[in-house]
Formats: sequence, C-alpha cells, structure tokens
Amino acid sequence: MKSDSLSTTSSFEPVLTRNIHRPGSEKIETYLGNGGYRAARRALERTPAEIIQLIKDSGLRGRGGAGFPAGVKWEFMPRDASQKYLAVNTDEGEPGTFKDREIVERDPHQVIEGALIAAYAVGAGRAFVYIRGEFFLGVKRWTKAIADAYEHGFLGKNILKSGFDLEMSVHRGAGAYICGEETAMLESLEGKPGNPRLKPPYPAQAGLFGLPTLVHNIETLACIPHIIERGPDWFAGIGTAQSKGPKIFSVSGHVNRPGNYELPLGVTLREIIYTHAGGVRDGRRLKAVIPGGASTPIMTAMQIDVPMAFETLRAAGSELGTGAVIVMDETTCMVEVARRLTRFFSHESCGRCVPCRIGSVRLYEALERVERGQGEIPDIDRILELAHGIGGITFCPMGTALVNPARSAIKCFRNEFEDHVRKGHCVVSRRAFRGGPDGKDSHRR
Amino acid sequence: MGVKLQTLTDPKKRAMLLSALYIAQEQFGWLSPEALERVAGRLGLSIGQVRSTASFYTMFRLEPKGRYHVQVCEGLSCYLAGGAEPIVDHLVRRLGIRPGETTKDGTFSLEIVQCLAACDLSPGMKINDELYGCLKLETIDALLDDLTQRAVER
Ligand SMILES: Cc1cc2nc3c(=O)[nH]c(=O)nc-3n(C[C@H](O)[C@H](O)[C@H](O)COP(=O)(O)O)c2cc1C
Ligand code: FES
Repeated sequence: MKSDSLSTTSSFEPVLTRNIHRPGSEKIETYLGNGGYRAARRALERTPAEIIQLIKDSGLRGRGGAGFPAGVKWEFMPRDASQKYLAVNTDEGEPGTFKDREIVERDPHQVIEGALIAAYAVGAGRAFVYIRGEFFLGVKRWTKAIADAYEHGFLGKNILKSGFDLEMSVHRGAGAYICGEETAMLESLEGKPGNPRLKPPYPAQAGLFGLPTLVHNIETLACIPHIIERGPDWFAGIGTAQSKGPKIFSVSGHVNRPGNYELPLGVTLREIIYTHAGGVRDGRRLKAVIPGGASTPIMTAMQIDVPMAFETLRAAGSELGTGAVIVMDETTCMVEVARRLTRFFSHESCGRCVPCRIGSVRLYEALERVERGQGEIPDIDRILELAHGIGGITFCPMGTALVNPARSAIKCFRNEFEDHVRKGHCVVSRRAFRGGPDGKDSHRR
Repeated sequence: MGVKLQTLTDPKKRAMLLSALYIAQEQFGWLSPEALERVAGRLGLSIGQVRSTASFYTMFRLEPKGRYHVQVCEGLSCYLAGGAEPIVDHLVRRLGIRPGETTKDGTFSLEIVQCLAACDLSPGMKINDELYGCLKLETIDALLDDLTQRAVER
C-alpha cells in the first residue's frame, strides 16, 4: 500500500533549509547574496497590522511543539504597552530533535530576519535569544550573526530608516530540558531556576520581567521571511487543511540516512522513512515510530500512512510535536524504549509539583521492574494507573509528556510487557538476559 | 522573608546570573563555595539565590571535574544506533572510573547525559565543548589516546 503523494515530495523545493548546504551558509554575505533581508525591508514598509494579517492568512502554526497559530498569538500582544519583548526559543531539548541546532549553526540570519519582522509586527523593542547551553557552536554563530546584523543596520536604532528599533542579545541556558517550556525559559532568562509559571497570565500578557512577551521557536521565525516574500497564499497552499507550510523533520533511529528533511506538512511517515531517509537499516522490518519527539505517543508500523499534520496525528492518537521522527525496527524492545524515555523525563522533572516529581520516579521504577523481568502482570495496569494519575494534573504540560511513552507503548505493544513478566526476560531482542543484582541493563549491543 | 528579599534585588541584575556563573566556572574550572560567594557579591544577590540557580542547572559544576569531561549520550536514538551503555561500559573499563567520577590524575571525568540534539550522528558523546558522532569503540580509543598524550605533554 502506497500513499498517493509518494512521488510528489521527492521534488519538493526546500525553503527553510535551502541555504544550509552552501559553503559559508552562516555568513551574512551568503545570506544577503541569496536575497536575505529583502523580506525585512518590505515588511518595514508596511504597517504592523498588515503584517499580522499576512501571518494569520498564511496559517502558520508554532513549530516548537504546541502548534499554536502564530498570527493569533501576535494579536494577543497588547497594543498599548510601551515596552514589549520577543523571546526566541533555541533550547531544543526534546529527544530526537535536531532541527533548531542545524538552523542556528547554518543559517542564523534567516531567524534574525524572522525575529525582526515579528518584533516589528508586535512592537517589541528587545529580543532575547535563549539557547541551549550545550550548543557551543550555536552560541558562537548566534553571537556573530547578531553582531553582523547590527553592523549592517538590521538591528539597533532606526532599522533601515524605518524608525523602528530592535536590540537583540544571546542568553545561554545551562542544561535543563524544562527550560524549553516557555514560562520556564522566562524564569531562566531572569536568572532563576527554570520552574514553569502558572498560566494564565500568558507570556503575551505578563512575560519576561512582567512585560508582554512574544515567544517563538526558531523554526517558526524562520518561516516568516518566506511568507513575506512569497505571500501567504503560497504558504497556505502547502500542507493539509489545518497544518500549513514546509516543516523540517529530524529523522533518527534505525534508518539508513538519518538527518533533517524539509518536506510539506501532510507528508506521510512512510514517505519520510522510505523515500527520504533511505528505509529501515539492514533490510529489517519496521516496528514502531515516534512521530514528533520523545514526548509524543509511539505509533505502530501499521500507522505510517497517516499524514504528518497536527490534526491527523492527533486523530491517530499521537502528536506532531517537534516533527522528530524516531524509527524503530523489529529488534527493538518496546519495554526498554518506554523505560529509557521515562527515565529521561523523570530526570528532567523540575521537581516543583508532586505528581511529576514523585509520580515519574514511581513510574520509572515500575517500568524498570518489568523490563528486568522482575515484574508481575498487575504491574502493567499499575503503570497505566500511575500514568493516568500524572497526565493532565501537573503544573505544566510536562506531566502529559512524561506519561506518553509508557502509556502508548503498553497500548500498542502490551504483549511485550506481558512476555517480559511471564518469561522473565526480553524475547524481542533475542539477547540473553543480563540484568542482575548489580542492576545492569539487559539491552546491550 | 524570602519573597521580600527577592523583590528587593534588581531583577535585571539577577538576569546576569547565568552568564556570571559561566564566567566564574570558566575562570576557576568549577563553582566552589567561594566562587558562588564572589558571584553573589558582584551582582548584589543573596548566596541563597545564587546557589538555588547554580544547583538547578546541570551544566554548572558544583564540584571539580577532569580536564576532559566526557559526556556520553544515553538518549533513545543513540541507544538504537548501538550507543549509550556499550560506550559507557567501554569508558568505565578504559578509564577505571564510574559515571560521576574523575580519574585520580584529574585528566578525565565521565558523565551520562541525555539527547545532545545530534541524533543524526548517533551514537554520540561530547568531550568538553566538542561533539563526537557516529562513534565506534576504536575511534573512542584513538581519541582517548590522543587526549592522554596531550595531557602528558602539558
Ligand atoms: C516540557 C516542554 C519543553 C519544551 N521545549 C521546547 C523547546 O526546547 N523548544 C521550543 O521551541 N519549544 C519548546 N516547548 C514549547 C514552548 O513552551 C512554546 O510553546 C514554544 O516555544 C512557542 O513557540 P512556537 O509558537 O513558535 O512554537 C516546550 C514545551 C514543554 C511543555
Ligand atoms: S539521542 Fe543521542 S544525540 Fe539525540
């Protein structure tokens, strides 16, 4: 069974990633040489209200995971406030995702141009770039790009003689997944531990230092110059009913060609895996896929004809998330996958609310017991109960993220959990069980 | 009381805290109690404010680490690519330390970390600021030999 669009995306013209393979792609000269900052010039000649309308017409939705309509968020920004901020989210910590790193390292000016247009539209005079602490090269590239943008008059006072001013600075995170969550990021920018804030108020009402703040993921910002250049109809002409435009899919795991692939939203997983990422490694059979980063529910090989779009993945029981596709072949133990991902989320709990802090540890312990073959059949339902108790009641959306791996793995592969319990070891990986008193994992290669 | 103190400090000064901690860490190699105190003094913050931020973030080292800080990714994609535990085990054997420890001569320290956002290069690890991907045990050995040599020459 093949999807209709199989041949259509092989010829898809990349937009967001069109520059990244050019030598010196990160330099302002390269960017300018390929029409860079032309969109900013055009945007600054129009009124902010017109720009907001263009973005609304394009149907652009946030690429940071939640998929909130960008234009609607811009309208939430109060018009009368004298001081407003823009926060640029480059924290990228969702396991499986590596698109933002590639964008900052290879084409930072595209993001600066998008940020400039967004800041102009909402009237923000300062932009704070928050970047994941581990991105050493990214920090360098951001810093250099901002300096060059100042030098060329794309940042600073009276940008392109428009009368609009924008200051931009880079701020390094320091190793905390939760700081990608927008309110935790604001706390971190203020120099505090990254504990999420209660919403409302939303950042657009009271964000950084209590001022109205627009927060965007950098892939969202990278789309903006292209919408201005090519028009909202062009953007809205790509994708599905509710998911518009091009999207960068980070593909990893058991595929022949892992990497970032820019494709239209609505492309199927089948096409991403087989047409673009070179198919499953070693000629093995596909078993499971995580479609949108570690926090999105696992899907089975039977579901790969679902279009990669916000609405269709939700209908299929998962989420588009960051669009990070993790591919698993038939040798993968799904109990181990659930255990590993749950361990990640339990480590990264900020510790502020009890269901997340304590619940994640209990959930992990139960999964570990089953994985080691020391569990009992009721443990499986106990995991589901625990997951049910945590999901949706935590202070921030981390709770839902945290329970997704375990819940979806049991939903799709319950028999594997039962096999672990009954046989006391894993039958899928066909490796001898090597767990034991020293607590070592049974899944080594 | 805590709330009151917090409102008394200039919020913009506190916003410099992460950068200041990075600078101090670069200078001293790690964030000793004295270093934290110095940062607090410079920014006019309480030692409690500085400590609570420093201890929240994993990249701030509250104890000394080796000259080469080796961080192995145990994320799902690296595991699927054959990385994570086999690499950690190999390093444990070679360096004679467990994760969280530093070699006696202070050359290497070992840590397990999560997805480095480099899953296209899985399996991966980092040594100080440098990212190494598509690892094989032989390449790791060659890398460690090279770093050991450099440590001796200094
Ligand atoms: C636990 C958690 C982690 C997140 N991590 C990131 C991240 O690393 N990068 C990002 O852009 N958004 C992340 N988000 C989403 C942000 O909260 C926010 O929705 C996004 O930055 C808004 O930008 P967008 O509208 O352009 O997507 C995270 C959300 C949660 C709940
Ligand atoms: S899982 Fe290792 S870099 Fe992403």
